[in-house]
Amino acid sequence: MQLVLSEDQELIAKTAADFVKEKSPVARLRELRDRRDPDGFSRTLWKEMAELGWVGIPFPESAGGAGLGLAELCVVMEALGRGLAPEPFLSTVLVGGGLLTLAGDESACDRWLPGVVAGETILALASQERDSRFDLCRVSTRAEVVDGGFALTGEKTQVLDGHVADALVVVARLAGEVRDRDGLGLFLVPRDAPGLEVVRQHRLDDRNAALVRLQGVRVPAEAALGTPGRGLELLEPAVDRATVGLCAEMLGGMQEAFDLTLAHLKSRRQFGVPIGSFQALKHRAADLFIEIELSKSVVMAAARAADAGDPELPRLVSLAKARYTDAYLHVANEAVQMFGGVGMTDEYDIGFYLKRARACQMTFGDAACHRDRWARLSGY
Amino acid sequence: MGDLEAFRAETRAWLERSCPAPLLGRTATAIDGVWGGRKWVPEIPEQKLWLERAAERGYTAPTWPSAYGGGGLSAAEAKILQQEMKALRVPAPLIGFGLTMIGPTLLQFGSEEQKREHLPRICRGEIRWCQGYSEPGAGSDLAGLQTRAEVDGDHFIVNGTKVWTSYADLADWIFALVRTDPGARKQEGITFLLIDMETPGISVSPIRLISGSSPFCETHFENVRVPRRNVVHKENAGWTVAKALLGHERTMIADAFGASSAAPGPRRSLAQRAHQYLGAGPGGRVADAVLRDRIARIEMDTRAFSLTMQRSRDAARAGQQPGPESSIFKVYGTELNQRRYELLVDIAGPQALGWEGEGFDDEELALTRDWLRSRGNSIEGGTSEIQRNVIAKRVLGLPD
Repeated sequence: MQLVLSEDQELIAKTAADFVKEKSPVARLRELRDRRDPDGFSRTLWKEMAELGWVGIPFPESAGGAGLGLAELCVVMEALGRGLAPEPFLSTVLVGGGLLTLAGDESACDRWLPGVVAGETILALASQERDSRFDLCRVSTRAEVVDGGFALTGEKTQVLDGHVADALVVVARLAGEVRDRDGLGLFLVPRDAPGLEVVRQHRLDDRNAALVRLQGVRVPAEAALGTPGRGLELLEPAVDRATVGLCAEMLGGMQEAFDLTLAHLKSRRQFGVPIGSFQALKHRAADLFIEIELSKSVVMAAARAADAGDPELPRLVSLAKARYTDAYLHVANEAVQMFGGVGMTDEYDIGFYLKRARACQMTFGDAACHRDRWARLSGY
Repeated sequence: MGDLEAFRAETRAWLERSCPAPLLGRTATAIDGVWGGRKWVPEIPEQKLWLERAAERGYTAPTWPSAYGGGGLSAAEAKILQQEMKALRVPAPLIGFGLTMIGPTLLQFGSEEQKREHLPRICRGEIRWCQGYSEPGAGSDLAGLQTRAEVDGDHFIVNGTKVWTSYADLADWIFALVRTDPGARKQEGITFLLIDMETPGISVSPIRLISGSSPFCETHFENVRVPRRNVVHKENAGWTVAKALLGHERTMIADAFGASSAAPGPRRSLAQRAHQYLGAGPGGRVADAVLRDRIARIEMDTRAFSLTMQRSRDAARAGQQPGPESSIFKVYGTELNQRRYELLVDIAGPQALGWEGEGFDDEELALTRDWLRSRGNSIEGGTSEIQRNVIAKRVLGLPD
């Protein structure tokens, strides 16, 4: 495993960085928010990202994808993270598309992936419930076997990009108690299924999410991904891979927040000097730099482990998510403090990063839960 | 089979043939590693045998040119040697400041004559070196040093005091910073000088630390005559050499802390120690959730640190200039080591309070002193505060 970008990856990084600078600075998210855009992201830009080949990066060439790895996708996610781009990479490419690919369900892949790769189809994972917290198994939504198919009943919350999804992967319980690891099923539910209600939600980070209510939603037997009752076997690895992608986005975000802060430390003058000349701030800036440098290595290692099929991947994912959660919040909190009063205003961009850091923390498990998982996987 | 694979097979066979059996599995640390020098007395005779065999092949300094006693290996070959030594649990035949500090500095700045005189003797472990940088009045502000060297024909007369000279009582030569032009701006009047410790006028007194050990000394110079040909680089240009050497020193310190976490051997894990002192919970888990979280934090930060060192090495091998990440190694590696010792003490509880004698086992007695010693990690070799200043100024470009 080499922790260095290949020439091809360098090229993708350069293209993505130029793209973000030109077309997707954080001002774009602000504008989508201010005009209460019904989609909350840009379908035009999503299509452009598809044409650049980014949306298809991890998908097989048979589905029109590039057949590349998580390492390449992370390079793109990092660049987009700098501009807090709200396009549906996590929901559609990593979790939704990832689950279809992992399940190896040919008919589902044939039906949905070409649209995904073309930037036309949006997928979403409906897993989280109001009291799930960070436990993928804490599912009370039920799936009942009816007429050779399934009927789904329950409520899902904060379904990322759920309000625009063409199909949802719903996690529902076929058997067992609320926290059992066994008994879960994954069901692919098209947006127009009767009994499915999707309500847009608004979160602090202006990223898109929806409340999903299922009232006896009927799906045929073929809608089940993988083996019904053993959904966790697919869900855990898919979420692990998605978590690596999320960390790459967080890396971009924390670097941008840090760069904005450094620029402020150099330009803002008090007591007749730039505030960045004060040692109290210099040392804190140095600490943030150290945290970011350590973070970079971890996500590279996790992405490469995923691409190499390294069995240590789950441990490295927890290593990354715990570190990124703490580091992004630390960087963003310090950034607001060092900006001072203006850091509290909506007019300045830095607050967007603080809000995103919080949302990222709560997505796919916080730092404490990943440290606990690391300990468990390490045998203690 | 590629050239490198052939080299690997050959190296492994040589190691198996050459490293005496009693040394297998003994990792070299600052305490029990072989530092060499005229005053060295081997703990067991096989250490001397292993040193001689390794030196003959140039493997005490694998990447140095063979003309100076090194192995002349490429970086890739040296890595293979290191991997094979680790796999066979073969200890380094020789450690010390000759190999890690003054050797690389002489290769960069030394005259041909100096290289031929000093490097082979370092490689053979004949001469042990110590470092004369800090003074009682010049710690973090190193360039404020006052030890004077005045020209007297083809000699300097050196007067002054150096402090924190590691193992000066055991060393044969010292590399020292001395002031040769008191009128110049403080960084510009300094010269880098090599001094034989047997020269009349040098006296050494060990300093007792809070941990009870005395790895450091005060070294006094009273009218010590040193030949002017012992100047490295140029007179009054010693600061350039000093900074390069500090770079080697920080790399060495960071490597030491990076390696210690991954070192094989009998060291028990934090979790095993927690089980010893608190009892294991269901499923072999650390029963106390707060403690478990603290253990995980240290282990995870250790992994992140070693991955970052790997990233730096990989980038260097790919031909990239050293990135800003290398500036963090000293500060992070040492502070991480301190956090690990704090946690080890917390886990051991009152059993971490032993100083000597009965009621404490050897590991507990060592822990007490190692923890105390670790407090110096963020002071020696450039304090953490100085490191953060350097990062803020040189990497982040923050104004003075």
